[in-house]
Amino acid sequence: MPKLTIDGQEVEVPPGSTVLQACEAAGREIPVFCYHPRLDIAGNCRMCLVEMEKSPKPIASCAMPAGDGMVIKTNTPLVHKARKGVLELLLINHPLDCPICDQGGECDLQDLTLFYGPDQSRFEENKRPVADKYLGPLISTHMTRCIHCTRCIRFIDQVAGVEELGAVHRGEHMEITTWIEKALSSELSGNIIDLCPVGALNSKPYEYRARTWELKKTESIDVLDAVGANIRVDSRGSEVMRVLPRLHEDINEEWLADKSRFSYDGLKRRRLDVPMVKSEGKLAPSDWRTAFSAIKDRLEGVDPGKIGFIVGDLVDAETMVMVRELAAAIGTPHVDCRQDGAKLDGKVRAEYLFNTTIAGIEQADAVLLVGTNPRWEAPLINARLRKRQLQGNFRVARIGAPFDLTYPVEDLGAGAQTLQELASGQHSFAEVLKSAKNPMVIVGAGAIARPDGAAIVALARELAVACNMVRDDWNGYNVLHTAASRVAGLDLGLVPGEGGRDVAGMLEGVAGGIEVLFLIGADEIDTSRLGDTFVVYQGHHGDVGAHAADVILPGAAYTEKNAIYVNTEGRPQRTKLAVFPPGEAKEDWKILRALSEVLGRVVQLNSLPEVRARLTALAPQLRAIDVIEPAAWGEFGRPGELGRAAFTSPVQDFYQTNPISRASAVMAECSELFVRGAAQGATGTHG
Amino acid sequence: MLHDKDRIFKNLYGEQSWGLEAARQRGDWDGTAELVAKGREWLVQQVKDSGLRGRGGAGFPTGLKWSFMPKQSDGPVYLVVNADESEPGTCKDREIMRNEPHKLVEGCLLAGVAMGCSAGYIYIRGEFVREAEVLEAAVREAYEAGLLGKNACGSGYDFELYVHRGAGAYICGEETGLIESLEGKKGQPRLKPPFPAMVGLYGRPTTVNNVESIAVVPTILRRGASWFAGLGREKNTGTKIFCISGHVNQPCTVEEEMGIPLKELIEKHCGGVRGGWNNLLAVIPGGSSVPLMPKSVCDTVRMDFDSLRDAGSGLGTAGVIVMDKSTDIVKAIARLSKFYMHESCGQCTPCREGTGWLWRMMERMAQGRARIEEIDLLFDVTKEIEGHTICALGDAAAWPVQGLIRHFRPEIERRIVEYTKNARAAA
Repeated sequence: MPKLTIDGQEVEVPPGSTVLQACEAAGREIPVFCYHPRLDIAGNCRMCLVEMEKSPKPIASCAMPAGDGMVIKTNTPLVHKARKGVLELLLINHPLDCPICDQGGECDLQDLTLFYGPDQSRFEENKRPVADKYLGPLISTHMTRCIHCTRCIRFIDQVAGVEELGAVHRGEHMEITTWIEKALSSELSGNIIDLCPVGALNSKPYEYRARTWELKKTESIDVLDAVGANIRVDSRGSEVMRVLPRLHEDINEEWLADKSRFSYDGLKRRRLDVPMVKSEGKLAPSDWRTAFSAIKDRLEGVDPGKIGFIVGDLVDAETMVMVRELAAAIGTPHVDCRQDGAKLDGKVRAEYLFNTTIAGIEQADAVLLVGTNPRWEAPLINARLRKRQLQGNFRVARIGAPFDLTYPVEDLGAGAQTLQELASGQHSFAEVLKSAKNPMVIVGAGAIARPDGAAIVALARELAVACNMVRDDWNGYNVLHTAASRVAGLDLGLVPGEGGRDVAGMLEGVAGGIEVLFLIGADEIDTSRLGDTFVVYQGHHGDVGAHAADVILPGAAYTEKNAIYVNTEGRPQRTKLAVFPPGEAKEDWKILRALSEVLGRVVQLNSLPEVRARLTALAPQLRAIDVIEPAAWGEFGRPGELGRAAFTSPVQDFYQTNPISRASAVMAECSELFVRGAAQGATGTHG
Repeated sequence: MLHDKDRIFKNLYGEQSWGLEAARQRGDWDGTAELVAKGREWLVQQVKDSGLRGRGGAGFPTGLKWSFMPKQSDGPVYLVVNADESEPGTCKDREIMRNEPHKLVEGCLLAGVAMGCSAGYIYIRGEFVREAEVLEAAVREAYEAGLLGKNACGSGYDFELYVHRGAGAYICGEETGLIESLEGKKGQPRLKPPFPAMVGLYGRPTTVNNVESIAVVPTILRRGASWFAGLGREKNTGTKIFCISGHVNQPCTVEEEMGIPLKELIEKHCGGVRGGWNNLLAVIPGGSSVPLMPKSVCDTVRMDFDSLRDAGSGLGTAGVIVMDKSTDIVKAIARLSKFYMHESCGQCTPCREGTGWLWRMMERMAQGRARIEEIDLLFDVTKEIEGHTICALGDAAAWPVQGLIRHFRPEIERRIVEYTKNARAAA
């Protein structure tokens, strides 16, 4: 433990710390631009210079390893002069267009200049202009503002893992650019907007729309994948203006995937904001009373056994409690939360959780990916896998379709047969897993949502046991979900009861014996065979489900309600209401509560606390927010016939996986550029 | 004055062939195997005892630098020779590689043995096309004669030597910038620590030496450390190649004893200053990176590391730039500022932003299109750059300007006053 003297105060820091960290430990704030704790050290901004005894020059504290006996001074005329000098030099070619700069109000350069910088300019030459760069539909550039800290380069290189940004030219002509003009192809590219300490990289959709100080900041949770990234929703009036990541070390660190960051314009488009009832074959705007009575009339005399409920991917836990209670009150066993047909019955919790936890990946030393493409299904988990990979001594193998995950992956095979070889120990990679200290298997939704899903789960379980993945101190068995609602749904037992039909069965419609079908935010389904089935769609977007509906009940999106979501790790987290639902739309649990009253099947849960009390009664593991209740190991899966089909990922287009992102114009542009365009070999500048 | 018998580079002017046969006749590759056989401890100690200081500019004792390399290593360690000679006013390494390449090649082997290196890289400046051809041919000759490669010179030591051509950036002459460039990256200096002796080329311990430092080593070892230490004066021993350019009657590159008085150097070898010694205005004694010295200092100063440092300048690469009274001294320094602006790598703030500012102000000063107060601002900006950068290029950009202001402030002021007067008259 090196011991340093910082401004006369002794501090001890862990070995491997830098002088900057030691200064912070001593309570001294050191101004920085290029330094970022999650990126490599560049040491190029020279803002963090401090004085070190016996050193003739001031040292860059971010890059200097803390050594025993160092005497550091952070508050001397030399240090102040150095900081002031660096700021003056940074500002001479900076356009000082703060009044029209999006970064204004949250700009490191502004803040540090206020504290340490000169109060006027001595520079009388012409400033250097820099041509703006094209980085795709998400990021706008104002390169004249760039201070060349290279944080963006380092992020794209190290965290995102695509070598697409760099610096060309030298001296004052140095420019940050993609060498060949192209859009950044990373799913994490939006993070460089946050990393940019000045306004050089801005959010293209947000640009010139708002000033930071006018925004209401609401701390919430992202639900567009099953990771549960922590976000901050910035809103003005009734409009979500932008979405930013929020620090959570165990989930997203401080990153956010582009879909979660940029889909918010979808919250304003294709919204269901008024109840609708179909009359003469056409949906027409109506009111709640009419809509409810239309449902009541249709349900009159219908056998409860002919009523079904399908719960979608973005539905919160409270609403699912109401669905469960309402279905029970009506007396139907046809309830299912597994739109994709995943073969998980929810009986053993360890079967459907990401048991290792996201942070736990960093302790693993070998991982097998089964039918999953984490880069598109959960970019933040993929970033964690890459982070672990960069630390070395980590082998990643995959059964499924090849895809560039930004780190080396050994491809073992395409389908269930390879998994069987591994489980029976015939495959050589089984030895790698067996000899690893903390091996992991990640089973993707694509491997479970197929007819032989239960057999695959059983095989994966067998492999986990055979490779000693499940011990008291380690659980290496993981399921990577793609739906934010799935874990809570399984926790609440939203699977068909005795004699109940699953999603595929209910979608048979009248032919399958379902006369009335409630789609609670269910859009990832094929409605073509429903026929004359009376469909009630409750949700927030006019997507697949709404198109098939006879009655539409407008609900609230995740930014418009206080609700609990459980991520793929089994971690319950709460969203907060940032803006109110548009028009007549209401919070979903309240709609179902009111409907139960109209139907005469009253569910006696009258307030959010009551719903939540029922929730924890049904699923005690969800009682503590942000705490993962470790799941006990057990028997699960059902050995059986294996299909020959190769595993495929359920996410074939990262940018359009749910009603919100499908309604987003920004996501549509990304999809066109990166997914469909890539398929056609377009370059991003082809037109 | 250096006697011919003490001259190390006997073919500095290319009067004889550079080839292996001629080099052998000059004494190169003589008993190399026996020198290798004496072991690395002995080699390092000899170089330490000789008092040889690095010839690239900083003047760090070469033997001490070699001793920083790990004694035991679990992988390869490298020798890198810095042949990216780009310092304005300097052309000594160029002559060595043109005419005495075998001294360098043999020096690489011996230095390699002294540090336990398995391979050496000579990073040669891209503009040195012919020199690189000669050097590559010399290395080839040495390989064919069994002097390099497996069992080099029959000594039992394996040593590979590669010549790598740069692409012509001044900053790639900075040792860590050179390493980056050698690895195939953009030539930008690295942060220190870690120093190359711990983490260098490809992450392995590496020593980077100047061409001249390496090329004198075989002769030192053959003639003995005490011979070399007997030349020059204490702590500034041996011989040195000086490159004298500018307003002298016969610009030349010449090997001389360290500590020779500047006046003697110019008068003996260059036929004196154009128009006589009294026509001298100033001298930049060590390549463009060191502050200039006015005539009053030049009268008596000796050409070695410590004397020049005490005179407020530096020996640098010993590229002596002589300027007589016809020189537009402000414009001359402005031209140097332009050079540093052009060659700044752009990595760290003070140098990237500051060098351009300096040049623009210097250009105005050269015309006189400035205010008197701006001279202080100019000095202040050099102080904002100096000592605040990752590598020494920031210092190198700042020092010539500081030297100018220190010694020629009245000249700058005179121009400003004159320009202002004329501008007023014109208006």
